Amino acid sequence: MDIVVCIKQVPDAASVKWDHKTGTLIRDGVQSVINPFDYNAIEAALSLRDELGGKVTAVTMGPPQAQDAIREAMSMGVDHGVVISDRAFAGADTLATTYTLSRAIRKLGSVDAVFCGKQAIDGDTAQVGPGLAVRLGLPCVTCVGEMEIMEGGAGLRVKRMCEQGYDVVEVGFPVLLTVLASLNTPRVPSLKGKMRARKADIPLWSAEDIGAQKDKIGLAGSPTKVFSTHIPKFEARREMLPGTAEEQVDALVDKLKEAGII
Amino acid sequence: MVVVDLEKCVGCGECEDVCTFGAISIVDEKAVVDPDTCTLCGACEEACPEGAIEIEGEDISPAGGMDLDAWRGVWVVAEFRHDRFAPVTFELLGKGRQLADDLETDLTAVLMGSGVGEYAESLIERGADKVLVVDSPRLEQFLDDVYARILADMAQKEKPEIILAGATAMGRAFIPQVATILETGLTADCTGLEIAPEGRDLLQTRPAFGGNLMATIICDSTRPQMATVRPHVLKAMEPDASRQGEVIKIDPHEDLLKSNIKVLESVMEEAEGPMLTEAEVVITAGRGVENPKNIALIEKLAHCMEGGVGATRAVTDAEWLPGRCQIGQTGVTVSPKLYMGFGVSGAIQHLVGMQGSEIIVAVNKDPDAPVFDVATYGIVGDVKDILPLLVRRICQERGND
Ligand SMILES: Cc1cc2nc3c(=O)[nH]c(=O)nc-3n(C[C@H](O)[C@H](O)[C@H](O)COP(=O)(O)OP(=O)(O)OC[C@H]3O[C@@H](n4cnc5c(N)ncnc54)[C@H](O)[C@@H]3O)c2cc1C
Ligand SMILES: Nc1ncnc2c1ncn2[C@@H]1O[C@H](COP(=O)(O)O)[C@@H](O)[C@H]1O
Repeated sequence: MDIVVCIKQVPDAASVKWDHKTGTLIRDGVQSVINPFDYNAIEAALSLRDELGGKVTAVTMGPPQAQDAIREAMSMGVDHGVVISDRAFAGADTLATTYTLSRAIRKLGSVDAVFCGKQAIDGDTAQVGPGLAVRLGLPCVTCVGEMEIMEGGAGLRVKRMCEQGYDVVEVGFPVLLTVLASLNTPRVPSLKGKMRARKADIPLWSAEDIGAQKDKIGLAGSPTKVFSTHIPKFEARREMLPGTAEEQVDALVDKLKEAGII
Repeated sequence: MVVVDLEKCVGCGECEDVCTFGAISIVDEKAVVDPDTCTLCGACEEACPEGAIEIEGEDISPAGGMDLDAWRGVWVVAEFRHDRFAPVTFELLGKGRQLADDLETDLTAVLMGSGVGEYAESLIERGADKVLVVDSPRLEQFLDDVYARILADMAQKEKPEIILAGATAMGRAFIPQVATILETGLTADCTGLEIAPEGRDLLQTRPAFGGNLMATIICDSTRPQMATVRPHVLKAMEPDASRQGEVIKIDPHEDLLKSNIKVLESVMEEAEGPMLTEAEVVITAGRGVENPKNIALIEKLAHCMEGGVGATRAVTDAEWLPGRCQIGQTGVTVSPKLYMGFGVSGAIQHLVGMQGSEIIVAVNKDPDAPVFDVATYGIVGDVKDILPLLVRRICQERGND
């Protein structure tokens, strides 16, 4: 099994602070972490390898320090990793990202399964997985909440979760899946894994290394552009309702009546 | 269809390797495509190092050089599953109507499924001028690749300037595939759509950084402009049975109907009340409800208010409520008229999933709980005292016990 897992480094939501007066992001002290769903993608990839044999390669597009994310993945048991990094990738939207990731995955050689997280918490787009599947010509199942290997190991039987319930889906290899947090519990890095990860040589691939067309990467390859941004105003929030429990409940019921909700 | 330029083809076999459908073979050092098994996925075109493969009928060049004026009309992708339209379909038609009027063009609804033809009229009542119906037993189940290829194929032929779909599990699964096939921009999870004051570009507004920032996105060099839109933020039109429109049946080419995925069954879980992402009222349990018995009160309150039941991760981890109730970064995003949180601390990972709610009520015994920073109305108190009182009062008001 040649398994690929796509991981992204994102700002840790808990360390992101906003200066509400100036409406800017306070960048000091913002920690980078692996996107939470991508841990589940890593675990899914590792468990598939543990069952069927083969190797897992972690791929990330990002700045050179995204190597940290790869090392963390390797400490969990991922076999290889590569960082796709080039100034020319900057400003990539999901269309350019899927192109770039697909070029790198092609360069890795044949692939039987690709795992992505459901979405990255910095953008919440959930577009990279399905888009990458199209680029690689793979069938895609999104929002996987349960996964088992089909008899004979020819493919996977998965639960695709949706608003009302779920679909049970069968899909043969090769395949791309995007996974939910409920799929599994990511394993903790082992001491041996940490040692190996620390010493591992993690290649950095440039746009040229993956044979990327210039007009398909970075800003040039991104049809969507930010036109403007603004800080949403929360008008006069935070009214505390005082008094005894009865008085508080009465006050709340009045407010909800005023708002036409009850 | 796939066309191989025999002059350029060197028979390297890259295309054969990437074709997951086994539709390409190398014969006499040239690639030969079997049109019966080919699904036009485009992987070979991408993979060919010589640029010898082209998908005919796909005359879309990426960024730059596209004739934007060849694209006209607004499309809304209707979502019909389990015998009903997702409410966001009507919301999109309401907005689509306004955008189409601003652009002085038509609003078209695209309806895909099995046995769906008879529902086309209701899309006209909700604002569509035209309905494109793709009705096939093959579409009984949702197959991402098939839905994506059919929609992309129609878009390549009809050239709409805008395509809108719901940011639902289904929309978010296959619309990104469509945008990738069409090599155009897609903005996820929009909460606002307007036509730019000058020109015909669509201004697409979406929350970023967990709702701390709103970003307006444009896609000004390619068409169509595509967006998925969060349920519940746009207004649907009242149905108007006197509206006239045209229903057009489309028979997709058989090749488009092939899929590598098989849906064995589609299970609807019995959840009482409305779906969480669609509910106008969401009553949320946090760890501070303290024991599973109080969950019954949360459910009762939700029931009285015809709302949905939400939970923090602490609560779903403890299995007091099922995982699908989880609101937040690793759960669902809700933006109801009213969100009420009981014993919710207000961790950022939870807040990002509910900050967009119109009215936020928080009940917590800790006056410094961060949830109060986003609350419209805050009650410092014990859930054990407040919740039963509130349930009694509200169920009384509603005459609903
Ligand atoms: C990567 C990652 C992703 C995550 N994703 C999510 C997510 O999607 N959704 C999510 O919800 N969480 C998520 N979390 C967890 C999140 O950080 C919090 O741990 C969680 O939201 C806390 O849930 P809670 O408010 O119910 O519990 P707590 O934080 O334990 O808060 C309980 C609150 O109840 C109050 N309280 C206790 N007893 C009473 C009482 N009798 N009456 C009134 N008030 C009482 C307490 O004062 C306290 O404020 C995530 C965490 C991580 C690290
Ligand atoms: N720059 C990237 N490098 C590697 N994987 C990525 C990158 N961006 C997104 N992904 C993958 O795609 C998933 C969905 O991301 P998004 O579409 O941005 O919400 C993530 O969980 C990752 O698995």
